[in-house]
Amino acid sequence: MRKILVTIGLLVFVNILPACVTINIYFPAAAAEKAADKIIEEVWQLESEEE
Amino acid sequence: MNNVVCRIVLLVCLSMIPFVGYATANLEVNTPAIVNLKQSMQSRHGELAPYYVSGAVGLTYDGLIAIRDANSIPLAKRQLVNSFVAAENQDRSALYREIARANSHPEWEKDIRVTFSQRWINLAKPGWWYQTANSTWARK
Repeated sequence: MRKILVTIGLLVFVNILPACVTINIYFPAAAAEKAADKIIEEVWQLESEEE
Repeated sequence: MNNVVCRIVLLVCLSMIPFVGYATANLEVNTPAIVNLKQSMQSRHGELAPYYVSGAVGLTYDGLIAIRDANSIPLAKRQLVNSFVAAENQDRSALYREIARANSHPEWEKDIRVTFSQRWINLAKPGWWYQTANSTWARK
């Protein structure tokens, strides 16, 4: 049982860690688009329901 | 017993998935520098809006604005509009740089500029002019 636990724990660690690193390396295009829309709506004073 | 432990571990793993997603969900855009730039651009927009409508000023493909048809601006106002365009472009470039910096990735500046250039054009009102990738002007 302990062996299974350790294996699973290791598996989680190995899977989560690269995921965190990946997030910080690749440009989050969807998030950037969302942020851009919010800023543009504010600057141009558009209604956010418009799009 | 073994089965129970496995289920608990699985539950813990699954419950962590939303946290992984959360990190990608938002970009930091609320630093004082960014807020200042937004306000500066917002107050300038009132001055620039008539020129977007008349087609004197258009949105460029690289996320800035440019004088498209100087002849449609009364001579007396041309200098003023020029200075608005220059100031707006300075703010826009600073905005892209600041967003990249606020998210600890200065190298994202170019990607942010590309994203913004598409979104400005996408959210532009009908009748405004924008530049296509081959530098020709089109009307929305």
